[in-house]
Amino acid sequence: MIRASAKESAFAGRELGIVVALVAVVGAATVARPSFLSGQGLHDLFLNASIIGLLAIGQALLVITRNIDLSVGSVMGLTAYLSGQLFLADKDLPVIVVVLAGIGLGAVCGAINGALVAIAKVPALVVTLGTLYVYRGVDYAWASATDTTQINAYQMPQGFLDLGSGSLLGIPNLTIIVLVVLGITAYALHNFRAGRELYAIGSNPDAARLAGIPTGRRVFSAFVISGALVGLGGVLHAAYFGTINASVGTGRELAVVAAVVVGGVAIFGGSGTVVGAVLGALLLTTITSALPILGVPAFWQRAVDGAALLVAISLDRAVMVRLAERLRAERAVRRAG
Amino acid sequence: MTASTPPLLELRDVHKSFDAVHALRGVSLELHAGEVHGLAGENGAGKSTIVRVIGGEHRPDAGAVLVDGAPVAFAGPRDAQRHGIAVIHQEPTQFPDLTVAENVFMGRQPLRSLRRIDRAAMHRRTAELFESLGVPIDPGRVTRGLSIADQQIIEIGKALSAEARIIVMDEPTAALSTVEAERLFRVAARLAEGGAALLFISHRLEEMYKICQRVTVLRDGSLVTSSPMADIDRDTLVRSMVGRSVEQLYPSRTTDAGDEALVVEGLTRAGVFADVSFSVRRGEIVGLAGLVGSGRSEVARAIFGVDSLDQGHVLVNGTRLSLGDPRAAIRAGVAMVPEDRREQGLILDLSIERNATLPRLGAVSRWGIVRRSRERAMATTWADRLGVRRRRLADPVATLSGGNQQKVVLGKWLATEPGVLIVDEPTRGIDVGAKVEVHALLSELAAAGMAVLMISSELSEVLGMADRVLVMHEGRLTAELSRKDATEEKVLRAATGGAG
Amino acid sequence: MRDRLLRWETALLVLCVVVLVVGAGSDGFAEQSNISFLLLDYSEVALLAFALLPIVLTGEIDLSVASMLGFCSALTGTLWDAGMSFETIVPIVLVAGALLGSVNAVLIVRFGLPSLAVTIGTLGLYRGLAYVLLGDRAVTGFPENFRPLATDSIPGTFLPYATVLVLVVGIAIAVLVHYTPTGRSLYAIGLGAQTARFSGIRVDRIKTTLYLVSGALAALASLVYTLRYNSARADNANGLELVAVAAVLLGGVSIFGGRGTVLGVATALLAMAGLRNVLFLDDVSNEIQNVITGLLLILSVLVPVVFKPRRTKDVPLEPSTVDTERRSGADPDRGVQRDHQGV
Repeated sequence: MIRASAKESAFAGRELGIVVALVAVVGAATVARPSFLSGQGLHDLFLNASIIGLLAIGQALLVITRNIDLSVGSVMGLTAYLSGQLFLADKDLPVIVVVLAGIGLGAVCGAINGALVAIAKVPALVVTLGTLYVYRGVDYAWASATDTTQINAYQMPQGFLDLGSGSLLGIPNLTIIVLVVLGITAYALHNFRAGRELYAIGSNPDAARLAGIPTGRRVFSAFVISGALVGLGGVLHAAYFGTINASVGTGRELAVVAAVVVGGVAIFGGSGTVVGAVLGALLLTTITSALPILGVPAFWQRAVDGAALLVAISLDRAVMVRLAERLRAERAVRRAG
Repeated sequence: MTASTPPLLELRDVHKSFDAVHALRGVSLELHAGEVHGLAGENGAGKSTIVRVIGGEHRPDAGAVLVDGAPVAFAGPRDAQRHGIAVIHQEPTQFPDLTVAENVFMGRQPLRSLRRIDRAAMHRRTAELFESLGVPIDPGRVTRGLSIADQQIIEIGKALSAEARIIVMDEPTAALSTVEAERLFRVAARLAEGGAALLFISHRLEEMYKICQRVTVLRDGSLVTSSPMADIDRDTLVRSMVGRSVEQLYPSRTTDAGDEALVVEGLTRAGVFADVSFSVRRGEIVGLAGLVGSGRSEVARAIFGVDSLDQGHVLVNGTRLSLGDPRAAIRAGVAMVPEDRREQGLILDLSIERNATLPRLGAVSRWGIVRRSRERAMATTWADRLGVRRRRLADPVATLSGGNQQKVVLGKWLATEPGVLIVDEPTRGIDVGAKVEVHALLSELAAAGMAVLMISSELSEVLGMADRVLVMHEGRLTAELSRKDATEEKVLRAATGGAG
Repeated sequence: MRDRLLRWETALLVLCVVVLVVGAGSDGFAEQSNISFLLLDYSEVALLAFALLPIVLTGEIDLSVASMLGFCSALTGTLWDAGMSFETIVPIVLVAGALLGSVNAVLIVRFGLPSLAVTIGTLGLYRGLAYVLLGDRAVTGFPENFRPLATDSIPGTFLPYATVLVLVVGIAIAVLVHYTPTGRSLYAIGLGAQTARFSGIRVDRIKTTLYLVSGALAALASLVYTLRYNSARADNANGLELVAVAAVLLGGVSIFGGRGTVLGVATALLAMAGLRNVLFLDDVSNEIQNVITGLLLILSVLVPVVFKPRRTKDVPLEPSTVDTERRSGADPDRGVQRDHQGV
């Protein structure tokens, strides 16, 4: 019997490693400042990680199919700005309408990306590099055109701001939203054919086509869903921070990609989980929060994301090499009979 | 096999051309349930085209394809699959990150309520499938790292789960060890017992005699003969395939061996090969035989410097060769025609000209600037000398036939003026005419004083060309035989681990 | 293939002409001071683009170039603030740039990690380190005898000194890529890295050198940038890598490697610089300019796909019967193409 030397369950290996790292970081920070582990401390931790976590779910979907979306920061900025503009126009607009509008705009941006990648077969890296520019430019142009370079919290309805900073039973609203989305996405990826097909596409695009998987349609959908999630993220950002300007979301793409890779989603596609991606986001956010407490100046934050990404892919490679060697040895033994 | 039941698959007078190449000329073939049908022929005979026609990749220009007696025209490979046809390729395309069960059932996973995947059923059915094949593979195991042999079994499992009744196996044993090949034959037999029609394509006649009930021979796109296996003997089979007697394939040679040009001592690479020592003299052709996976190509690559060595050293004309550096090997006069022509020997998108001069960029330059005229001259010289049939040297090398491509590779390496030439599977995938030319060329080179190390999996080629035969098995040299002593049995015995 | 490239360069030239024509209609376009400004504005981008070109030819990428520039600028500021003479600072910064490039090289060449992921990581890491050096502040007051080198033109002409530097670098890269054996090797690596290795081309050494040079050129660009704006900040050239990549791709270089010319990139740079200038003169906001750059980038990869020449297919190629077990697992010859191919 050929040994099952690799795992299939959702809660093994990488995810466990992240939890361990999390515990270590939280532990170190709590030692330096005991209030870190308080109710309020944890509350803030989850809150900070929520929006990036949401973005990471969408990005994970794409990276699993061997694509990437570098325009997430710009889309987020656009939908954040949209929320602000909508409330400026009509402060009594129901919050849910604005949320849906943001999701819709995000989905449209995702659809443009997806169409270029899936239909025109243009590499996702280049497409989203371009749309990163285009969407951000549209955002700024909109801001100049309406002469509203900044929208302030007092211009937003209280209900909206409560959505952003409020909590339910002690858990921040934003975190609840992320957990709900995570639950749905993780379940869908695991239990439905379309979800498994995303993994297949990333693992071997040619084989996927041969197996009859509608790769274009699947990748397009992944971009649309990711865009919708990013759109939601932008709206939630506006709800949380209250103050919006056209530079919201600039540079977030690095943090999101880092979160996803640290979370175990291989950049080559085909493997990894959305749970891992969110855990990765949580870990990176926690490290960033812990740094000042541990006496490290806040300016190391950007460096942290980059360094974490590098460490994650190096470790992944080291593990893969070791695994390949072990498998080769196993095979040599079996060939002899 | 009664005459009244229609064959599961039938090709009737099928023609297929690609631009100027008339690949299939009126071929007819019948595949019956419960029968393993062998398809034999040299490269370029049309075997791969038949596979592609049956598999739905190509539509015949003339003639008909019939399934269960009814004519069909496949819209593509998936349409062919829907008609119950499965093709097991040499290089199975699978999803390395997904489990065996998922690979088998991708796109067709069994469902439970609300269209959710029923993993338990998927696992169970996969396990049952493999049990019926007599091969224990864990359905929950990730596919990455599985051997080619296991991947093929998974492909077969895939075919069965899709209820394929016509199964085409395209050179399945090329990358298998003897043990794995035996296992595959048992599986094939079971498939046939289960009522499937199998088309078994192979180079290796011994295998055909083992599992096929019937054989069809193609040559130059035409059907030469089709008969029950029992009614045709080996020599007739070979002659049908090749169209000339075996003796004419290999040039007669007289050996006039000189000094040792290449000496390797104690070459070891953990897990790949161990303690390999031999020498090649000027003017002789040393054949390196062995089964796939015995480590021959790895030894060659280690000598040439593309792969690393843990221990051992290499001497070229008495001087130690700096290891792990192909540039140094080339400078020392060693050249290697690699095993994989398309991925290691050529850059398909590049022109013939640029391919031909790739290792000699320094020689076609003056003061660091590449001279196009020199480049063209070098490429033309060698293309003409080796008889490369092409339209223009500036055309991408991908437009050439396999035989001409191999000549470009040979020319590229001969242009480096080597004293030692290593050729790894020099005639793999090229037509008979080109084969003869390559063999003649190698013989001439040796006669002119080159030391030639020839790795080949074709026993007849080794026996026909080599002055001395070395045999490797599982990373070790197991035999060294002179031309007089070398026989098929001795080589085979040494290749499978017996005493040489 | 030559036909296709010629068609691409023709399209670029047409774009240039269009820009010129539109420019002629804008006030002040043709004035000497404006031409100088136009050329100056893109000096750093040009240097980065020339650094990127050979790397993209081999099928890799370096997204960290602007962050390397930022770090080197921050380093320049820090050293200047500490009282070091500018003459001493220059070589130190150049070496620092090469060191940054060497980190990329080690991770990508030695460890075999995908260049896209690595340079996204170093993009963040180096920018972060720039902030660690300088924080939020800006260092100004760079020496009066050096600054004109970055801001002025050769007396009596419209040609800025910085542009001369760009031209020198450009010509050097052009000679390297199009006329030397190493240049041939770049195309070979991009189209068939395994075969290149088997043909004696020192793939690893070449790639390592390219990343080192990229770092050094980024450092050079940082000196020009810092002197030109008379300001060293941690966020200098933030996002400039996208403009550089856009110029390279617009110039007809394939993201998959193995195709592209220096002339193409130079023409694209000119066209983009001209376009930016025209928009600036017509008071079009910076943001619209970014939109146009993004659109150009997308167009640059969309157009070749639409007009793809048919490769001779249909001849059934013999399948390779090589032991494919070797192929499973990591392939160090993977470049950008394997990472993100879309569908």
